[in-house]
Amino acid sequence: MINYVYQLVSPKVFSVKYTDIDLNADRVIIRPNYMALCHADQRYFLGQRDIKVLNKKLPMALIHECCGIVEYDPTGTFEKGQKVVMIPNTPIRKNPVIFENYDKGTYFLSSGHDGFMREFVDLPPDRVVAYNGVPDEIAAITEFVSVTVHASTRFDLAAHENRDAIAIWGDGSLAYTLANVLKLRFPKTKLYVVGMDSRKLSHFSFVDGTYFANNIPEDFHFDHAFECCGGEGSFYAIDDIIKYINPQGNVVLMGVSENKVAINTRDILEKGLTFVGSSRSGRADFEKAVELMETDAFQKRINKIISVDTPVKSIKDIIKVFGDDLTTPFKTVFKWDM
Amino acid sequence: MVFGAILAGGVGSRMNISDMPKQFLNLGDKPIIVHTLEKFRLCTRFDHIYIGVHPDWLTHMNDLIKKYIGECDDVHVVAGGSDRNSTIFNIIDDIEKNFGENDDNIIVTHDSVRPFVTQRMIIENIDAAEKYGAVDTATSAIDTIVESEDGEFIKAIPPRDKMYQGQTPQSFKISLLKKLYGELTKEEKATLTDACKICIVKNQPVYIVEGEISNIKITTVSDYKIAQAMVGGVKID
Repeated sequence: MINYVYQLVSPKVFSVKYTDIDLNADRVIIRPNYMALCHADQRYFLGQRDIKVLNKKLPMALIHECCGIVEYDPTGTFEKGQKVVMIPNTPIRKNPVIFENYDKGTYFLSSGHDGFMREFVDLPPDRVVAYNGVPDEIAAITEFVSVTVHASTRFDLAAHENRDAIAIWGDGSLAYTLANVLKLRFPKTKLYVVGMDSRKLSHFSFVDGTYFANNIPEDFHFDHAFECCGGEGSFYAIDDIIKYINPQGNVVLMGVSENKVAINTRDILEKGLTFVGSSRSGRADFEKAVELMETDAFQKRINKIISVDTPVKSIKDIIKVFGDDLTTPFKTVFKWDM
Repeated sequence: MVFGAILAGGVGSRMNISDMPKQFLNLGDKPIIVHTLEKFRLCTRFDHIYIGVHPDWLTHMNDLIKKYIGECDDVHVVAGGSDRNSTIFNIIDDIEKNFGENDDNIIVTHDSVRPFVTQRMIIENIDAAEKYGAVDTATSAIDTIVESEDGEFIKAIPPRDKMYQGQTPQSFKISLLKKLYGELTKEEKATLTDACKICIVKNQPVYIVEGEISNIKITTVSDYKIAQAMVGGVKID
Protein backbone atom coordinates (compact mmCIF):
# COMPACT_ATOMS: atom_id res chain seq x y z
CA MET A 1 0.00 0.00 0.00
CA ILE A 2 1.27 3.43 -0.89
CA ASN A 3 1.85 5.58 2.16
CA TYR A 4 2.34 9.35 2.36
CA VAL A 5 5.30 10.51 4.45
CA TYR A 6 5.42 14.27 5.02
CA GLN A 7 9.10 15.18 5.18
CA LEU A 8 10.81 18.42 6.07
CA VAL A 9 13.24 18.87 3.17
CA SER A 10 14.71 22.21 4.27
CA PRO A 11 13.66 24.75 6.93
CA LYS A 12 9.93 25.51 6.57
CA VAL A 13 9.63 23.40 3.41
CA PHE A 14 7.77 20.09 3.37
CA SER A 15 7.50 17.53 0.62
CA VAL A 16 5.79 14.15 0.32
CA LYS A 17 7.69 10.91 0.06
CA TYR A 18 5.65 7.92 -1.13
CA THR A 19 6.58 4.59 0.40
CA ASP A 20 5.17 1.12 0.06
CA ILE A 21 4.03 -0.47 3.32
CA ASP A 22 4.06 -4.25 3.33
CA LEU A 23 0.85 -5.26 5.09
CA ASN A 24 2.07 -8.83 5.45
CA ALA A 25 5.08 -7.90 7.59
CA ASP A 26 4.85 -8.41 11.36
CA ARG A 27 4.15 -4.76 12.01
CA VAL A 28 1.17 -2.94 13.45
CA ILE A 29 -0.45 -0.43 11.06
CA ILE A 30 -1.51 2.70 12.95
CA ARG A 31 -3.30 5.81 11.76
CA PRO A 32 -1.87 8.83 13.63
CA ASN A 33 -4.63 10.69 15.46
CA TYR A 34 -3.18 13.51 17.60
CA MET A 35 0.38 14.83 17.54
CA ALA A 36 2.38 17.17 19.76
CA LEU A 37 5.25 19.44 18.83
CA CYS A 38 8.59 19.30 20.62
CA HIS A 39 11.36 21.91 20.72
CA ALA A 40 13.49 19.48 18.71
CA ASP A 41 10.91 19.50 15.89
CA GLN A 42 10.74 23.27 16.03
CA ARG A 43 14.54 23.58 15.81
CA TYR A 44 14.56 21.49 12.62
CA PHE A 45 11.60 23.43 11.19
CA LEU A 46 13.25 26.79 11.83
CA GLY A 47 16.68 25.61 10.69
CA GLN A 48 18.20 26.28 14.09
CA ARG A 49 20.34 23.15 14.03
CA ASP A 50 23.91 23.20 12.77
CA ILE A 51 23.93 23.22 8.95
CA LYS A 52 25.93 19.96 8.93
CA VAL A 53 23.24 18.31 11.07
CA LEU A 54 20.48 19.61 8.79
CA ASN A 55 22.30 18.36 5.70
CA LYS A 56 22.77 14.96 7.28
CA LYS A 57 19.29 14.43 8.71
CA LEU A 58 16.96 16.08 6.19
CA PRO A 59 14.77 15.19 4.42
CA MET A 60 12.97 13.63 7.36
CA ALA A 61 9.44 13.42 8.75
CA LEU A 62 9.20 15.27 12.06
CA ILE A 63 7.18 14.53 15.25
CA HIS A 64 7.90 11.87 17.84
CA GLU A 65 4.96 12.59 20.16
CA CYS A 66 1.88 10.95 18.78
CA CYS A 67 -1.10 8.77 19.58
CA GLY A 68 -3.07 6.82 17.03
CA ILE A 69 -5.57 4.11 16.24
CA VAL A 70 -4.69 0.57 15.19
CA GLU A 71 -6.12 -0.07 11.73
CA TYR A 72 -4.57 -3.47 11.08
CA ASP A 73 -2.38 -5.82 13.05
CA PRO A 74 -1.24 -9.04 11.40
CA THR A 75 0.59 -9.97 14.62
CA GLY A 76 -2.69 -10.23 16.54
CA THR A 77 -1.33 -8.14 19.44
CA PHE A 78 -3.90 -5.36 19.16
CA GLU A 79 -7.57 -5.21 18.23
CA LYS A 80 -8.57 -3.07 15.27
CA GLY A 81 -9.61 0.33 16.65
CA GLN A 82 -7.42 0.11 19.77
CA LYS A 83 -6.06 3.50 20.78
CA VAL A 84 -2.29 3.44 21.18
CA VAL A 85 0.78 5.55 21.71
CA MET A 86 3.87 5.00 19.59
CA ILE A 87 7.43 4.67 20.86
CA PRO A 88 9.92 6.53 18.65
CA ASN A 89 12.92 4.95 20.32
CA THR A 90 13.95 1.90 18.31
CA PRO A 91 16.50 -0.48 19.86
CA ILE A 92 18.12 -3.12 17.66
CA ARG A 93 18.82 -5.62 20.47
CA LYS A 94 17.88 -6.50 24.02
CA ASN A 95 20.45 -5.31 26.55
CA PRO A 96 19.96 -6.37 30.20
CA VAL A 97 22.26 -3.65 31.57
CA ILE A 98 21.92 -0.54 29.40
CA PHE A 99 18.56 1.21 28.99
CA GLU A 100 17.23 0.81 25.44
CA ASN A 101 17.31 4.57 24.83
CA TYR A 102 21.09 4.72 25.33
CA ASP A 103 22.17 1.42 23.83
CA LYS A 104 24.52 1.44 20.84
CA GLY A 105 22.66 1.09 17.56
CA THR A 106 19.38 2.38 18.93
CA TYR A 107 17.82 4.93 16.64
CA PHE A 108 15.06 7.47 17.10
CA LEU A 109 12.16 8.24 14.77
CA SER A 110 12.39 11.96 13.91
CA SER A 111 16.15 12.11 14.36
CA GLY A 112 17.80 10.67 11.29
CA HIS A 113 14.77 8.45 10.63
CA ASP A 114 11.25 9.48 9.63
CA GLY A 115 9.06 10.55 12.53
CA PHE A 116 5.28 10.15 12.75
CA MET A 117 4.11 12.74 10.20
CA ARG A 118 2.82 10.03 7.93
CA GLU A 119 -0.53 8.87 6.63
CA PHE A 120 0.03 5.52 8.36
CA VAL A 121 2.78 4.41 10.72
CA ASP A 122 3.97 0.79 10.75
CA LEU A 123 5.77 -0.37 13.88
CA PRO A 124 6.76 -3.66 15.53
CA PRO A 125 4.23 -4.50 18.27
CA ASP A 126 6.75 -3.88 21.06
CA ARG A 127 6.96 -0.23 19.95
CA VAL A 128 3.25 0.28 20.56
CA VAL A 129 1.49 0.75 23.92
CA ALA A 130 -2.29 0.64 24.31
CA TYR A 131 -4.19 3.24 26.35
CA ASN A 132 -7.75 3.54 27.56
CA GLY A 133 -9.49 6.33 29.41
CA VAL A 134 -7.10 9.10 28.41
CA PRO A 135 -8.39 11.95 26.20
CA ASP A 136 -6.60 11.71 22.84
CA GLU A 137 -5.20 15.25 22.97
CA ILE A 138 -3.55 14.39 26.29
CA ALA A 139 -2.41 10.95 25.11
CA ALA A 140 -0.58 12.78 22.31
CA ILE A 141 2.10 13.91 24.78
CA THR A 142 2.71 10.47 26.31
CA GLU A 143 6.24 10.38 24.90
CA PHE A 144 6.93 13.70 26.61
CA VAL A 145 5.59 12.35 29.91
CA SER A 146 7.61 9.16 29.47
CA VAL A 147 10.81 11.20 29.19
CA THR A 148 10.15 12.66 32.64
CA VAL A 149 9.21 9.20 33.97
CA HIS A 150 12.56 7.95 32.70
CA ALA A 151 14.42 10.84 34.35
CA SER A 152 12.68 10.15 37.65
CA THR A 153 13.69 6.48 37.37
CA ARG A 154 17.31 7.40 36.67
CA PHE A 155 17.18 9.70 39.69
CA ASP A 156 15.67 6.97 41.89
CA LEU A 157 18.42 4.53 40.90
CA ALA A 158 21.29 6.98 41.37
CA ALA A 159 20.39 9.33 44.24
CA HIS A 160 21.22 8.72 47.91
CA GLU A 161 18.33 8.26 50.29
CA ASN A 162 18.24 11.79 51.72
CA ARG A 163 15.35 13.11 49.69
CA ASP A 164 13.79 15.80 51.84
CA ALA A 165 13.86 18.36 49.03
CA ILE A 166 14.28 18.36 45.26
CA ALA A 167 14.66 21.46 43.08
CA ILE A 168 13.79 21.75 39.42
CA TRP A 169 15.44 24.46 37.32
CA GLY A 170 13.12 25.51 34.52
CA ASP A 171 9.51 26.65 34.19
CA GLY A 172 8.51 25.24 30.81
CA SER A 173 6.56 22.15 29.77
CA LEU A 174 9.34 19.74 30.69
CA ALA A 175 9.72 21.16 34.21
CA TYR A 176 5.93 21.21 34.70
CA THR A 177 5.46 17.60 33.59
CA LEU A 178 8.47 16.41 35.57
CA ALA A 179 7.14 18.16 38.68
CA ASN A 180 3.86 16.30 38.29
CA VAL A 181 5.60 12.96 37.93
CA LEU A 182 7.94 13.58 40.88
CA LYS A 183 5.01 14.65 43.08
CA LEU A 184 3.29 11.35 42.38
CA ARG A 185 6.36 9.13 42.64
CA PHE A 186 7.93 10.83 45.68
CA PRO A 187 4.98 12.31 47.59
CA LYS A 188 6.92 12.90 50.83
CA THR A 189 9.66 14.94 49.15
CA LYS A 190 9.34 18.74 49.10
CA LEU A 191 9.48 20.06 45.55
CA TYR A 192 10.76 23.50 44.51
CA VAL A 193 10.84 25.11 41.08
CA VAL A 194 13.22 27.84 39.94
CA GLY A 195 12.23 29.79 36.83
CA MET A 196 12.20 33.10 35.03
CA ASP A 197 8.61 33.63 33.90
CA SER A 198 6.02 34.55 36.54
CA ARG A 199 3.14 33.52 34.27
CA LYS A 200 4.62 30.06 33.77
CA LEU A 201 5.65 29.68 37.42
CA SER A 202 2.08 30.41 38.50
CA HIS A 203 1.02 27.09 36.96
CA PHE A 204 3.11 25.18 39.51
CA SER A 205 0.41 25.47 42.19
CA PHE A 206 0.99 21.93 43.47
CA VAL A 207 4.70 22.30 44.41
CA ASP A 208 6.07 23.45 47.75
CA GLY A 209 7.69 26.65 46.51
CA THR A 210 8.75 28.60 43.46
CA TYR A 211 11.62 31.05 43.07
CA PHE A 212 12.81 33.47 40.42
CA ALA A 213 16.25 32.52 39.14
CA ASN A 214 17.48 36.08 39.72
CA ASN A 215 16.22 36.20 43.27
CA ILE A 216 17.08 32.92 44.97
CA PRO A 217 17.32 33.18 48.79
CA GLU A 218 20.81 32.50 50.11
CA ASP A 219 19.47 29.86 52.53
CA PHE A 220 17.84 27.85 49.74
CA HIS A 221 19.10 24.25 49.95
CA PHE A 222 17.94 20.94 48.56
CA ASP A 223 19.26 17.38 48.31
CA HIS A 224 18.91 16.78 44.58
CA ALA A 225 18.09 18.71 41.43
CA PHE A 226 16.83 18.43 37.86
CA GLU A 227 17.98 20.82 35.15
CA CYS A 228 15.18 21.41 32.60
CA CYS A 229 16.38 24.60 30.90
CA GLY A 230 18.60 23.67 27.99
CA GLY A 231 19.97 26.13 25.46
CA GLU A 232 21.62 29.27 26.75
CA GLY A 233 19.95 28.78 30.12
CA SER A 234 21.88 25.58 30.84
CA PHE A 235 25.01 27.37 32.00
CA TYR A 236 23.23 29.55 34.57
CA ALA A 237 20.97 26.74 35.76
CA ILE A 238 23.82 24.27 36.31
CA ASP A 239 25.93 26.94 37.98
CA ASP A 240 23.14 27.82 40.42
CA ILE A 241 22.36 24.17 41.14
CA ILE A 242 26.01 23.53 42.04
CA LYS A 243 25.94 26.61 44.29
CA TYR A 244 22.81 25.74 46.27
CA ILE A 245 22.67 21.91 46.31
CA ASN A 246 23.61 19.94 49.43
CA PRO A 247 26.80 17.81 49.36
CA GLN A 248 26.71 14.53 47.43
CA GLY A 249 23.55 15.58 45.69
CA ASN A 250 22.37 14.05 42.46
CA VAL A 251 21.84 16.36 39.46
CA VAL A 252 19.83 15.09 36.51
CA LEU A 253 20.53 16.99 33.31
CA MET A 254 17.57 17.06 30.90
CA GLY A 255 17.89 20.28 28.90
CA VAL A 256 19.39 20.09 25.42
CA SER A 257 22.02 22.63 24.45
CA GLU A 258 23.42 23.16 20.96
CA ASN A 259 26.63 24.58 22.40
CA LYS A 260 29.09 23.20 24.92
CA VAL A 261 28.40 24.39 28.48
CA ALA A 262 31.14 25.43 30.92
CA ILE A 263 30.73 23.79 34.33
CA ASN A 264 32.22 24.65 37.72
CA THR A 265 34.03 21.33 38.24
CA ARG A 266 35.90 22.59 41.31
CA ASP A 267 32.70 22.81 43.33
CA ILE A 268 31.35 19.56 41.87
CA LEU A 269 34.45 17.84 43.22
CA GLU A 270 34.32 19.69 46.51
CA LYS A 271 30.68 18.75 47.11
CA GLY A 272 31.02 15.24 45.66
CA LEU A 273 28.10 15.73 43.30
CA THR A 274 26.82 13.18 40.81
CA PHE A 275 25.61 14.30 37.39
CA VAL A 276 23.25 12.06 35.45
CA GLY A 277 22.36 12.66 31.82
CA SER A 278 18.80 11.70 30.99
CA SER A 279 17.38 11.68 27.51
CA ARG A 280 14.43 10.07 25.76
CA SER A 281 12.71 6.95 27.10
CA GLY A 282 11.88 3.32 26.48
CA ARG A 283 8.93 0.97 26.60
CA ALA A 284 8.88 0.63 30.41
CA ASP A 285 8.71 4.43 30.72
CA PHE A 286 5.82 4.58 28.26
CA GLU A 287 3.91 1.95 30.23
CA LYS A 288 4.43 3.87 33.47
CA ALA A 289 3.49 7.14 31.73
CA VAL A 290 0.22 5.64 30.46
CA GLU A 291 -0.52 4.36 33.98
CA LEU A 292 -0.03 7.87 35.40
CA MET A 293 -2.02 9.50 32.60
CA GLU A 294 -5.00 7.28 33.25
CA THR A 295 -5.46 8.98 36.64
CA ASP A 296 -7.90 11.86 36.71
CA ALA A 297 -5.77 14.31 38.74
CA PHE A 298 -2.74 13.86 36.50
CA GLN A 299 -4.86 14.39 33.37
CA LYS A 300 -6.34 17.60 34.77
CA ARG A 301 -2.93 19.04 35.59
CA ILE A 302 -1.36 18.03 32.28
CA ASN A 303 -4.35 19.45 30.43
CA LYS A 304 -3.34 22.91 31.70
CA ILE A 305 -0.24 22.98 29.52
CA ILE A 306 -1.87 21.72 26.32
CA SER A 307 -2.95 24.08 23.60
CA VAL A 308 -5.02 22.28 20.94
CA ASP A 309 -4.54 23.83 17.51
CA THR A 310 -6.82 23.45 14.48
CA PRO A 311 -6.71 20.06 12.69
CA VAL A 312 -3.99 19.53 10.11
CA LYS A 313 -5.35 18.55 6.69
CA SER A 314 -2.67 19.88 4.33
CA ILE A 315 0.98 20.84 4.16
CA LYS A 316 -0.14 24.46 4.53
CA ASP A 317 -1.71 23.46 7.86
CA ILE A 318 1.55 21.80 8.97
CA ILE A 319 3.42 25.07 8.43
CA LYS A 320 0.67 26.97 10.25
CA VAL A 321 0.81 24.73 13.32
CA PHE A 322 4.59 25.20 13.61
CA GLY A 323 4.05 28.95 13.43
CA ASP A 324 1.29 28.83 16.05
CA ASP A 325 3.53 26.83 18.37
CA LEU A 326 5.93 29.76 18.59
CA THR A 327 3.20 31.83 20.24
CA THR A 328 2.01 29.28 22.82
CA PRO A 329 3.79 29.04 26.18
CA PHE A 330 3.63 25.27 26.61
CA LYS A 331 2.70 22.26 24.43
CA THR A 332 0.99 22.50 21.04
CA VAL A 333 -1.19 19.52 20.16
CA PHE A 334 -3.14 19.05 16.93
CA LYS A 335 -5.38 16.49 15.24
CA TRP A 336 -3.77 14.81 12.26
CA ASP A 337 -6.27 14.48 9.41
CA MET A 338 -3.90 13.89 6.51
CA MET B 1 -23.64 0.36 5.69
CA VAL B 2 -20.71 1.83 3.81
CA PHE B 3 -19.39 0.11 0.69
CA GLY B 4 -16.20 0.76 -1.22
CA ALA B 5 -16.44 0.27 -4.98
CA ILE B 6 -13.15 0.03 -6.87
CA LEU B 7 -13.79 0.39 -10.56
CA ALA B 8 -11.50 -1.73 -12.71
CA GLY B 9 -13.65 -2.54 -15.70
CA GLY B 10 -11.29 -1.08 -18.28
CA VAL B 11 -8.91 -3.03 -20.49
CA GLY B 12 -6.21 -0.33 -20.74
CA SER B 13 -6.06 0.31 -24.44
CA ARG B 14 -4.21 3.61 -23.97
CA MET B 15 -1.09 2.11 -22.41
CA ASN B 16 0.36 0.18 -25.36
CA ILE B 17 2.97 -1.27 -23.06
CA SER B 18 1.33 -4.44 -22.08
CA ASP B 19 -1.46 -6.75 -23.05
CA MET B 20 -2.60 -6.49 -19.47
CA PRO B 21 -5.08 -3.85 -18.25
CA LYS B 22 -3.15 -1.03 -16.55
CA GLN B 23 -4.65 -1.65 -13.12
CA PHE B 24 -2.89 -5.02 -13.04
CA LEU B 25 0.58 -3.65 -13.85
CA ASN B 26 3.06 -3.56 -11.00
CA LEU B 27 3.79 -0.37 -9.11
CA GLY B 28 6.76 -1.16 -6.92
CA ASP B 29 6.42 -4.84 -6.21
CA LYS B 30 2.66 -5.28 -6.44
CA PRO B 31 -0.13 -4.49 -8.89
CA ILE B 32 -1.62 -1.00 -8.91
CA ILE B 33 -5.06 -2.33 -8.00
CA VAL B 34 -3.67 -4.12 -4.93
CA HIS B 35 -2.25 -0.81 -3.65
CA THR B 36 -5.69 0.75 -4.10
CA LEU B 37 -7.49 -2.17 -2.46
CA GLU B 38 -5.09 -2.15 0.51
CA LYS B 39 -5.73 1.57 1.08
CA PHE B 40 -9.48 0.96 1.07
CA ARG B 41 -9.21 -2.05 3.37
CA LEU B 42 -7.35 0.02 5.96
CA CYS B 43 -10.32 2.36 6.27
CA THR B 44 -12.35 1.02 9.18
CA ARG B 45 -15.47 2.88 8.00
CA PHE B 46 -16.06 0.37 5.19
CA ASP B 47 -18.25 -2.63 5.86
CA HIS B 48 -17.48 -4.29 2.51
CA ILE B 49 -15.39 -3.51 -0.53
CA TYR B 50 -16.40 -4.36 -4.08
CA ILE B 51 -14.20 -4.54 -7.15
CA GLY B 52 -15.82 -4.27 -10.56
CA VAL B 53 -13.59 -6.03 -13.09
CA HIS B 54 -13.90 -6.77 -16.81
CA PRO B 55 -15.41 -10.28 -17.08
CA ASP B 56 -12.24 -11.62 -18.76
CA TRP B 57 -10.17 -10.65 -15.72
CA LEU B 58 -12.38 -11.92 -12.88
CA THR B 59 -10.25 -15.00 -12.21
CA HIS B 60 -7.04 -12.99 -12.33
CA MET B 61 -8.43 -10.49 -9.80
CA ASN B 62 -9.49 -13.28 -7.45
CA ASP B 63 -6.03 -14.81 -7.76
CA LEU B 64 -4.43 -11.47 -6.86
CA ILE B 65 -6.60 -11.15 -3.75
CA LYS B 66 -5.59 -14.63 -2.65
CA LYS B 67 -1.92 -13.87 -3.30
CA TYR B 68 -1.64 -10.43 -1.71
CA ILE B 69 -4.51 -10.23 0.79
CA GLY B 70 -5.32 -13.85 1.60
CA GLU B 71 -8.67 -15.25 2.59
CA CYS B 72 -11.07 -12.39 3.37
CA ASP B 73 -14.83 -12.10 3.48
CA ASP B 74 -15.03 -8.32 3.16
CA VAL B 75 -13.86 -8.11 -0.48
CA HIS B 76 -16.17 -9.05 -3.36
CA VAL B 77 -15.34 -9.19 -7.04
CA VAL B 78 -18.12 -8.65 -9.59
CA ALA B 79 -18.16 -8.39 -13.36
CA GLY B 80 -18.01 -4.85 -14.70
CA GLY B 81 -20.34 -3.48 -17.35
CA SER B 82 -19.81 -1.83 -20.68
CA ASP B 83 -19.01 1.54 -19.15
CA ARG B 84 -18.25 3.19 -15.82
CA ASN B 85 -21.81 3.68 -14.66
CA SER B 86 -22.95 0.19 -15.64
CA THR B 87 -20.07 -1.20 -13.58
CA ILE B 88 -21.26 0.90 -10.61
CA PHE B 89 -24.81 -0.38 -11.03
CA ASN B 90 -23.60 -3.99 -11.33
CA ILE B 91 -21.93 -3.46 -7.95
CA ILE B 92 -25.05 -1.86 -6.49
CA ASP B 93 -27.14 -4.81 -7.71
CA ASP B 94 -24.83 -7.21 -5.91
CA ILE B 95 -24.82 -5.08 -2.74
CA GLU B 96 -28.62 -5.06 -2.62
CA LYS B 97 -28.84 -8.77 -3.44
CA ASN B 98 -26.52 -9.65 -0.54
CA PHE B 99 -27.21 -6.92 2.01
CA GLY B 100 -30.65 -5.59 1.09
CA GLU B 101 -31.76 -2.03 0.37
CA ASN B 102 -31.37 0.74 2.91
CA ASP B 103 -31.80 4.49 2.40
CA ASP B 104 -28.63 5.16 4.40
CA ASN B 105 -26.32 2.87 2.42
CA ILE B 106 -23.29 4.71 1.04
CA ILE B 107 -21.13 3.76 -1.91
CA VAL B 108 -17.63 5.22 -2.34
CA THR B 109 -16.60 4.69 -5.97
CA HIS B 110 -12.96 4.98 -6.91
CA ASP B 111 -10.75 4.43 -9.95
CA SER B 112 -8.58 1.36 -9.45
CA VAL B 113 -5.75 3.26 -11.18
CA ARG B 114 -5.62 5.98 -8.51
CA PRO B 115 -3.51 4.17 -5.88
CA PHE B 116 -2.32 7.47 -4.35
CA VAL B 117 -5.70 8.16 -2.76
CA THR B 118 -5.38 9.11 0.93
CA GLN B 119 -7.37 8.15 4.00
CA ARG B 120 -8.38 11.78 4.42
CA MET B 121 -10.06 11.82 1.03
CA ILE B 122 -11.85 8.53 1.72
CA ILE B 123 -13.05 9.57 5.18
CA GLU B 124 -14.15 13.03 4.01
CA ASN B 125 -16.04 11.37 1.14
CA ILE B 126 -17.94 9.10 3.55
CA ASP B 127 -18.71 11.95 5.95
CA ALA B 128 -19.92 14.23 3.15
CA ALA B 129 -21.96 11.47 1.45
CA GLU B 130 -23.77 10.88 4.73
CA LYS B 131 -24.48 14.60 5.01
CA TYR B 132 -25.10 15.70 1.40
CA GLY B 133 -25.89 12.50 -0.50
CA ALA B 134 -23.48 13.11 -3.38
CA VAL B 135 -19.76 13.90 -3.32
CA ASP B 136 -16.98 14.42 -5.83
CA THR B 137 -13.24 14.79 -5.19
CA ALA B 138 -11.53 17.60 -7.07
CA THR B 139 -8.49 19.86 -7.04
CA SER B 140 -8.36 23.50 -8.02
CA ALA B 141 -7.31 23.86 -11.64
CA ILE B 142 -3.68 24.88 -11.97
CA ASP B 143 -3.61 25.39 -15.73
CA THR B 144 -6.01 27.78 -17.39
CA ILE B 145 -8.90 25.81 -18.85
CA VAL B 146 -9.87 26.69 -22.42
CA GLU B 147 -13.10 25.63 -24.04
CA SER B 148 -13.32 24.70 -27.69
CA GLU B 149 -16.08 23.04 -29.66
CA ASP B 150 -14.16 22.26 -32.83
CA GLY B 151 -10.72 21.61 -31.34
CA GLU B 152 -9.23 24.36 -33.50
CA PHE B 153 -10.41 27.63 -31.98
CA ILE B 154 -11.11 28.70 -28.43
CA LYS B 155 -14.72 29.40 -27.70
CA ALA B 156 -14.26 30.58 -24.12
CA ILE B 157 -11.78 30.81 -21.26
CA PRO B 158 -13.69 30.28 -18.02
CA PRO B 159 -12.31 32.01 -14.89
CA ARG B 160 -9.66 29.68 -13.50
CA ASP B 161 -10.57 30.28 -9.85
CA LYS B 162 -13.90 28.61 -10.51
CA MET B 163 -12.40 25.63 -12.34
CA TYR B 164 -11.60 22.30 -10.67
CA GLN B 165 -10.22 19.05 -11.96
CA GLY B 166 -12.30 16.03 -11.08
CA GLN B 167 -10.74 13.00 -9.45
CA THR B 168 -12.16 10.14 -7.44
CA PRO B 169 -13.48 8.97 -4.99
CA GLN B 170 -17.05 9.90 -5.92
CA SER B 171 -19.53 8.91 -3.25
CA PHE B 172 -23.29 8.67 -3.02
CA LYS B 173 -26.23 7.52 -1.03
CA ILE B 174 -27.12 4.48 -3.11
CA SER B 175 -30.87 5.19 -2.92
CA LEU B 176 -30.34 8.74 -4.25
CA LEU B 177 -28.09 7.62 -7.10
CA LYS B 178 -30.57 4.93 -8.18
CA LYS B 179 -33.49 7.35 -8.06
CA LEU B 180 -31.71 10.01 -10.13
CA TYR B 181 -30.42 7.49 -12.68
CA GLY B 182 -33.92 6.06 -13.06
CA GLU B 183 -35.21 9.54 -13.91
CA LEU B 184 -32.70 10.11 -16.75
CA THR B 185 -33.85 9.97 -20.35
CA LYS B 186 -31.95 7.86 -22.87
CA GLU B 187 -30.46 11.05 -24.32
CA GLU B 188 -29.34 12.25 -20.91
CA LYS B 189 -27.73 8.88 -20.18
CA ALA B 190 -25.74 9.19 -23.40
CA THR B 191 -24.11 12.39 -22.08
CA LEU B 192 -22.80 10.82 -18.88
CA THR B 193 -19.05 10.69 -18.40
CA ASP B 194 -19.06 9.78 -14.75
CA ALA B 195 -21.42 9.09 -11.85
CA CYS B 196 -21.46 12.66 -10.52
CA LYS B 197 -22.89 13.86 -13.79
CA ILE B 198 -26.02 11.80 -13.03
CA CYS B 199 -26.57 14.20 -10.12
CA ILE B 200 -25.63 17.34 -12.04
CA VAL B 201 -28.04 16.55 -14.88
CA LYS B 202 -30.84 16.16 -12.31
CA ASN B 203 -29.82 19.34 -10.39
CA GLN B 204 -28.74 17.41 -7.30
CA PRO B 205 -26.03 19.37 -5.39
CA VAL B 206 -22.69 17.56 -5.29
CA TYR B 207 -20.30 18.43 -2.46
CA ILE B 208 -16.59 18.79 -3.31
CA VAL B 209 -13.93 17.08 -1.20
CA GLU B 210 -10.46 18.47 -1.78
CA GLY B 211 -8.29 16.05 -3.72
CA GLU B 212 -4.51 16.00 -4.11
CA ILE B 213 -2.44 16.63 -7.20
CA SER B 214 -0.64 13.41 -6.27
CA ASN B 215 -3.88 11.44 -6.60
CA ILE B 216 -3.02 10.80 -10.23
CA LYS B 217 -4.94 8.52 -12.57
CA ILE B 218 -2.48 6.13 -14.15
CA THR B 219 -3.79 6.09 -17.68
CA THR B 220 -0.90 6.68 -20.07
CA VAL B 221 2.69 5.46 -20.25
CA SER B 222 3.81 8.85 -18.93
CA ASP B 223 1.50 8.56 -15.92
CA TYR B 224 2.90 5.12 -15.24
CA LYS B 225 6.48 6.39 -15.39
CA ILE B 226 5.60 9.26 -13.04
CA ALA B 227 3.92 6.85 -10.60
CA GLN B 228 6.95 4.57 -10.68
CA ALA B 229 9.21 7.53 -9.96
CA MET B 230 6.93 8.66 -7.10
CA VAL B 231 7.33 5.35 -5.27
CA GLY B 232 11.04 5.22 -6.10
CA GLY B 233 10.60 2.26 -8.39
CA VAL B 234 12.45 1.23 -11.49
CA LYS B 235 11.31 2.79 -14.74
CA ILE B 236 9.62 0.25 -16.99
CA ASP B 237 9.44 0.98 -20.71
